[in-house]
Amino acid sequence: MRRLLASREALLLLAIVIVLGIIASRFPAFITPTNLASVFNDTSPLILLAIGQMIVILTKCIDLSVAANLALTGMVVSLVNITIPDMPIIVTMLLAISFGTILGMFNGVLVWKLDIPPIVVTLGTMTIFRGIIFLLTEGKWVNSHEMSDKFKAFPRAEILGMPVLSWIAIIVVVLFMIIMSRTKLGRAFYAAGGNPHAATYAGINVGRTQFWAFTISGALAGLTGYLWVSRFAVAYVDVAAGFELTVVAACVIGGVSIMGGIGTVHGALLGALFLGIIANALPVVNISPFWQMAISGSAIIIAVVLNAQANRVKGRIILKRAEQAT
Amino acid sequence: MLVAITIFVANSFASPYFLNAWNLSDATFNFTEKAMIAFAMALLIISGEIDLSVASIIALASTAMGAAAQVGIGTEGLIIVGLIAGLLCGATNGVLVTRFGLPSIVVTIGTMSLFRGISFIILGDQAYRGYPQDFAYFGQGYFWWVISFEFVLFSILAVVYGIILHMTNFGRAVYAIGNNPTGALFSGIRVNRVKFVLFLLTGLMSGVAAICLTSRLGSTRPSIAFGWELEIVTMVVLGGVNILGGSGSIPGVIIAAFVMGLVTFGLGLLNVPGIVMSIVIGALLISVIALPRLWSVWRT
Repeated sequence: MRRLLASREALLLLAIVIVLGIIASRFPAFITPTNLASVFNDTSPLILLAIGQMIVILTKCIDLSVAANLALTGMVVSLVNITIPDMPIIVTMLLAISFGTILGMFNGVLVWKLDIPPIVVTLGTMTIFRGIIFLLTEGKWVNSHEMSDKFKAFPRAEILGMPVLSWIAIIVVVLFMIIMSRTKLGRAFYAAGGNPHAATYAGINVGRTQFWAFTISGALAGLTGYLWVSRFAVAYVDVAAGFELTVVAACVIGGVSIMGGIGTVHGALLGALFLGIIANALPVVNISPFWQMAISGSAIIIAVVLNAQANRVKGRIILKRAEQAT
Repeated sequence: MLVAITIFVANSFASPYFLNAWNLSDATFNFTEKAMIAFAMALLIISGEIDLSVASIIALASTAMGAAAQVGIGTEGLIIVGLIAGLLCGATNGVLVTRFGLPSIVVTIGTMSLFRGISFIILGDQAYRGYPQDFAYFGQGYFWWVISFEFVLFSILAVVYGIILHMTNFGRAVYAIGNNPTGALFSGIRVNRVKFVLFLLTGLMSGVAAICLTSRLGSTRPSIAFGWELEIVTMVVLGGVNILGGSGSIPGVIIAAFVMGLVTFGLGLLNVPGIVMSIVIGALLISVIALPRLWSVWRT
C-alpha cells in the first residue's frame, strides 16, 4: 500500500478519478462511456506526442519542435493529397511517418554529432519548420474542400465503436510499453538519461540513444500531423501553435523527471488524459474556457512539487549551518 | 559583431530606405523591449537557470496596469503597479526554484501558463484601453530628436547590467554558480539567494518591458507579447551565452539584440514576411553554435 501511494502514476490516477468524481456528482452525463470515449479521442494527439516527448526527456533532452513538426508534416501530406487525391491512406500514413522521422533525425543528428544543447536545436528547428510551411504555401490555408474525402474520413472511421484515431493511440501506447520495458533500446533510453557516464561504460552510446529518441519523437509527431490535419480538415501555418509546451506539461504531470531517466509510458498517458479531461470538462461544468490555461499551469507546478523528492541529489553538505543557508 | 556589420551594410545596399534616421529609430522598437528582459535573462542563464515565463509576466503586469488604469490611477501609480506585478511574479518563480529545489525550466513552463492564464481569467476576450495621456510617453516618446525613450532606457540598462555582471562580486558569483553550483556553495556563495535575486531581476525587467509595451500599444490583451519567451532566449543564446550556464557576456547580448532587430527590420523593408525572418533567426541560432563545432570536427 505504501509503495502504491509513493508511485506517482498511482497518485495521478487517483487525482484523475477524484476529478472525474467531482464532475460526475454534478454532471453525471460526463462519465458516460460515450462521452469518456470522445474525451479520449480528443486527447489522442496529445497522448501520441507525449509518448515521444517522454522518451526524449528520458535521455536528458527536450524536443520543442514537435508541434512545428506536426504542422509541417500535416501541411506536406495535405499538399500531396491535393496533387494525388487518390493515394491510398496507408501510403499517406507512411509518408507522414517517414517525413516526421526525417525532421526528428535532423534534430537528433545536431544533438548527437555536433553536441549542441537540445533546447537550442529544437528552439531553432521549431521556427525553421514553421517558416518552411510558410514558404511552401505563402501563408495560404489548405481547406476542407481541397482534401479528398478518403483523406478526411480515415481518423473518424469507426472500428468496434471507436474512431481510428483512438485505436492508433491505443496501439502506440501498447507498442511503446513493450519497447520501453522489453527491448535493449528501451532500456538504453533509461540508462542514457539516468546516468550517462555509467551508460557509456556499460557500452551504450549515449549520443546515438538520444538520436533515436528524437527520431521516435519525430515519427510520432509526423503521424500525429496527418491525423490532426485530416481530423480538423484544415492545414495552415499556425496549426497546433504553442502545443509543444502542453506536451511537455503532460509529461511533467505524468511524473516524467525533466532531469532524465525517470518516466513511464503509462505516466505520460495519464498526464495527457488529465489535461484532456480538464480541457473537456470546463465547458461542461460551466467554467469559462479562459480558466483552462491557469488550471493546467497550476497542475504543472503541483505535479513538479510532488515529484521534487527524486531530484534532491546535490553536493554533500557537511555543516548543519550550510544546510540552512541553501 | 561581424554578423551585425555585414547585415547592416547588406541592408543599406538592399533598400534605400534603410539608412534613414527615423526608420532606424523605428527599428529599435523591434528589440529594445525584448533586449531589456534579455539582459536579466542572460544573467539567469549564465547561473544555470532559465525563465520561460517572462512573456506571461508581461501579460499579467500589463493586465494589472490596465485594471489599475480603469479605477483611475495615474501614470506614476501605473508604473509602480507594473513593477510590483513583475517583482511578485519573479518572486514566485524564485521561491519555487530555490525553496523547493525544482528545475527552473519546468517551474517556469508552469508559471508561464499560470500567469497568462490569470490574465485570461481577468480579461477573457476583452481588452483594457483608456490609459492616461502622459502614459504614452514610455513607449512612444522621444528623448531627443530621433532617440526614443525606450532606446535610452535600453542603453542605460545595457550599461547597468554590463557593470553588474562584469565588475561586481555579484557578477562573479553568477559565473561561479553557473560553472559549479556545489563548488560555489562551498566557497561561501549564497547560491539560492543569488538565484532568487536573479529571478526577481528577470521579473522586474519583464515589468519594465510591460510598461513600455503597454504604453506603445495603448491597450492590453491577454495575448500580449505571446511567444516572446523563446525570442528572448534566442537573443541570449545568439549573444554567445552558454545555455548550459557558466559563460556569456552582456556585450554579446547587445550585439545579438541589434542583429535580431536589424534582420527583422531590414528584411521587413524588403517586404519579406515576418515568418521567413524567423527561419533566418532559427538558422542563425543553430549555425552560430554549430559552425565552430563543425570547424573543429573537420579539422581533426
